[in-house]
Amino acid sequence: MLDFELMWRIYPYFLQAAWVTVQLSILTTILGLACGSLGAAARLSRHWYLRMIGATYVSLFRGTPALIQLFLLYFGGPQVGIQLDAFEAGVIGLGVNIGAYMTETMRGSIIAIDKGQTEAARTLGLSRFQAFRKVVLPQALRLMIRPLGVNINALIKGTALVAAISVVELTYTAQRYIGSTYKPFEMFLLSGLLYMVIIYIVGKGITYLDRKVRLT
Amino acid sequence: MGLDFSVVPAWMDTILLGVLWTIAITVTAALLSFVGGILLAVIALYAPWIVRQPFRFFAWLFMGTPLLLQLFLIYFGLIQIGIDLPAFVAGFIGLGLHFAVYNSELIQTAIIAVDTGQMEAARTLGLSRTQALRKVVVPQAVRDVIPPIGNNMIALLKDSALVSVIGVTELTLSAQLAIGRTYRPFEFYLVAAVCYYVINLGMEAVLRRIERRIALSR
Repeated sequence: MLDFELMWRIYPYFLQAAWVTVQLSILTTILGLACGSLGAAARLSRHWYLRMIGATYVSLFRGTPALIQLFLLYFGGPQVGIQLDAFEAGVIGLGVNIGAYMTETMRGSIIAIDKGQTEAARTLGLSRFQAFRKVVLPQALRLMIRPLGVNINALIKGTALVAAISVVELTYTAQRYIGSTYKPFEMFLLSGLLYMVIIYIVGKGITYLDRKVRLT
Repeated sequence: MGLDFSVVPAWMDTILLGVLWTIAITVTAALLSFVGGILLAVIALYAPWIVRQPFRFFAWLFMGTPLLLQLFLIYFGLIQIGIDLPAFVAGFIGLGLHFAVYNSELIQTAIIAVDTGQMEAARTLGLSRTQALRKVVVPQAVRDVIPPIGNNMIALLKDSALVSVIGVTELTLSAQLAIGRTYRPFEFYLVAAVCYYVINLGMEAVLRRIERRIALSR
């Protein structure tokens, strides 16, 4: 029924494409965490204008499709002087997008830490910043790992969007081979399994991290 | 090249038609994902093993792979086996099934969380197992997960942009049509983004109303 011979012949191309997906995922995660940290810091700031900037960032990037953001950056960018190749546009577009979701994850974990912790630390003579860095943040980081893992899981699947701007990753490769072989199920199976492997490994890593910080 | 928004008004008809199609596919796919989510949840929890396992596998496959890939599979896969569906129908099925799987996960947890006393009481009153599920357990479970399902529906609205790739002339593809003729990507993608944002705000308002209703009915 399924053409295994064909799958066996072309799977190396899918492995190469999977490697591109992995690179995209790693770079996007790093950029997303950076944007998320900045966003959460802004949203929790004492200054109203920083809070406003943070809230606007989250609202705009969560309120519109990632695909549109990506197109705006890649196709519209040159009109406003931003020249990026497809891979760069993919990483920046997806990273800034997932950063908005991570902002909310991080903010949620930070405000979940009891206010008494900050108050006690302040009473003991720590500055506002010290209290945050030494008391609140270490506790909040533990709470963050699992929900950030959910964000990263969504991000890995979200990297498929860059197929629409012709980055040769897993989905693009599947699409191209569907076009040339007319075997959609085989191509779906090959690329789908590779996505599953990537997500499985990342999931295991997150669970490991989560368990590790919980024990200490 | 600079920006020039003066070309936009001439294309507003196309864009607004795109908005209507986006709303159409979002609403229909949301309904499919809601009903499908309930069915999948009941099957995953109560169907005999031989029925349950294929559905579990299907859910696992759909949760672990990107929506875009699934849309390609459904659109080209159905053509492959001789079913030539219009792009809209393929997009509706793809979006609907994808989110049905996510909704089903939520509903399963909620069904398990409904007190077992409810089922026992219903059985004692003479209802069959199916009746008890349909009239007592599932309605309570669904009510509990309306807010997170609402979040999924907001995600569905944004992901509806993906069906442009298989040729559904919704908002994103309408913007692309305008861009193809005017070579003004920044202007039209920005207009599309604004439209999505407004639809999103409208949808959030509707969901908040529904949530308030449900909170009152408790």
